[in-house]
Amino acid sequence: MSSTVLYDHPGPRARSRNAVLSVAFGVGLVVLLWWVYRKFDEAGQWEGQLWQPFTEPDTWTQFIIPGLRQTLLAAATGMLLSLAFGILFAVGRLSERWWIRVPSGIVVEFFRAVPLLLMIFFIFYGVPFLIQGPVSAFWSVVVGLTLYNGSVLAEAFRAGVRSIPTGQSEAAYAVGMRKSQVMQLILVPQAARAMLPVIVSQLVVLLKDTALGYIVAFPELLQRGVNDLSANYGNVVAAAIVVAAIYILINSLITMLAGWLDRRSSRRAYRAPKQNVRDSTPADGGTVGEPQG
Amino acid sequence: MHVFADQTNLDAYVSGFLWILKLTGASTFFALVLGVLLAAFRVSPVPVLRGLGTAWVNIFRNTPLTLIIFFCYFGLFSTLGLSLSDDLNLNNYWLGVVGLSVYTAAFVCEAVRSGINTVPAGQAEAARAVGLTFFQTLRIVILPQAGRAVVAPLGSVLIALCKNATIVGTIGLIEASSVMKDLINSNGDAVIPIFLVFAGTFAALLIPTGYFFGWLANRLAVKR
Repeated sequence: MSSTVLYDHPGPRARSRNAVLSVAFGVGLVVLLWWVYRKFDEAGQWEGQLWQPFTEPDTWTQFIIPGLRQTLLAAATGMLLSLAFGILFAVGRLSERWWIRVPSGIVVEFFRAVPLLLMIFFIFYGVPFLIQGPVSAFWSVVVGLTLYNGSVLAEAFRAGVRSIPTGQSEAAYAVGMRKSQVMQLILVPQAARAMLPVIVSQLVVLLKDTALGYIVAFPELLQRGVNDLSANYGNVVAAAIVVAAIYILINSLITMLAGWLDRRSSRRAYRAPKQNVRDSTPADGGTVGEPQG
Repeated sequence: MHVFADQTNLDAYVSGFLWILKLTGASTFFALVLGVLLAAFRVSPVPVLRGLGTAWVNIFRNTPLTLIIFFCYFGLFSTLGLSLSDDLNLNNYWLGVVGLSVYTAAFVCEAVRSGINTVPAGQAEAARAVGLTFFQTLRIVILPQAGRAVVAPLGSVLIALCKNATIVGTIGLIEASSVMKDLINSNGDAVIPIFLVFAGTFAALLIPTGYFFGWLANRLAVKR
């Protein structure tokens, strides 16, 4: 049992009190769930015909799986591009030349502060006016995801590089490496390993944000699995619950992977000290990471 | 800049950002209340409440906000008939606040919980050793220290919430991103200035907020 700072290990009296509270709140919770169930029932949302489409293979092969494939494709492409963007701008912000450092800083701060939807609207509706040609929904989503998540990753990388003991780069300079070699061969590989759990957690954010593609009619999981599917069967609530379950399943698996990587990397030789990582990211863009330790 | 010289466009721009601020304000309040309550559940000695808190966090943190807002409109409102206001705009606004709040509460809960976990166990042990009761321990020793540790993560949550408020545009509230979309579609010759004004407004609101919370967190940090 995990120990907590808030209360003692329960003795006999506390255990019986907890049991009573458990039963009381348990009953309350069941009543609440039953009330929700009744509300759905009154609206006829448990009718078999609304759920029956999910037993047919057509529903999956025509709507959910193609949508899921587009979602995963956009997330994978966005992740690869974000990593490249993140490494490039993290190195840029760590540069000793101000004319590289300052513009990189402006770009990263700007894209972290602009809502992703605003970026996607600009690329999808605005850029066609500029290039005199259409931009596909896929690329407007992927480019938007790349600019935002790339900037978040750039900050994570920068924190990672800065948390590496200075002895590492001093030793590298001592054996005669140039600045770019120190960055490429010594700092980035170690930062990447220390930051691997953060990178994987960011994948959850990225995967969830692909759902914004629905707004620009990109045929991803929300568009195909909920909007198009319910247009055919009239089962919005059922479809939304099934699709939400798919998102939750995938994201939980990714979160578990991140936790496993975190535990695995903590056994390795070097890792970023937790304290420094927390202190050096005062305003990480999107989410609160998994609480660690 | 001729686009914003037009009074109707200027009004649309102002009202778009007012909706964003109103969404952020109301959702911050509800998400904080709900999130702190959920965090209390997650650290409570009662297993049922711990389970409820964990389930809430895992469900809402792993579901796209777009899907939650979509469900609030097409599920709660259209299908289940939950109407929160007779005024169409206000109804969409409150549905958006519901979606943003339940989603953001999961992140607030995690921030507060990890804040409580940063307080060393020795603090509570010492408090109990000098005879403080459970609530005294919580009120005098634990929460003041935990509160300082959550300033920075809560700042990030607030900034993310303000940006996420644009998603409420999906269900027909004409907030900033929808206004920008309309202005771009009707002013194809001024795409870049329009984008820069909208993005710049967000940056001007949020970058200082980020630095403010960073400064505040440093100032309040418990030196250990």
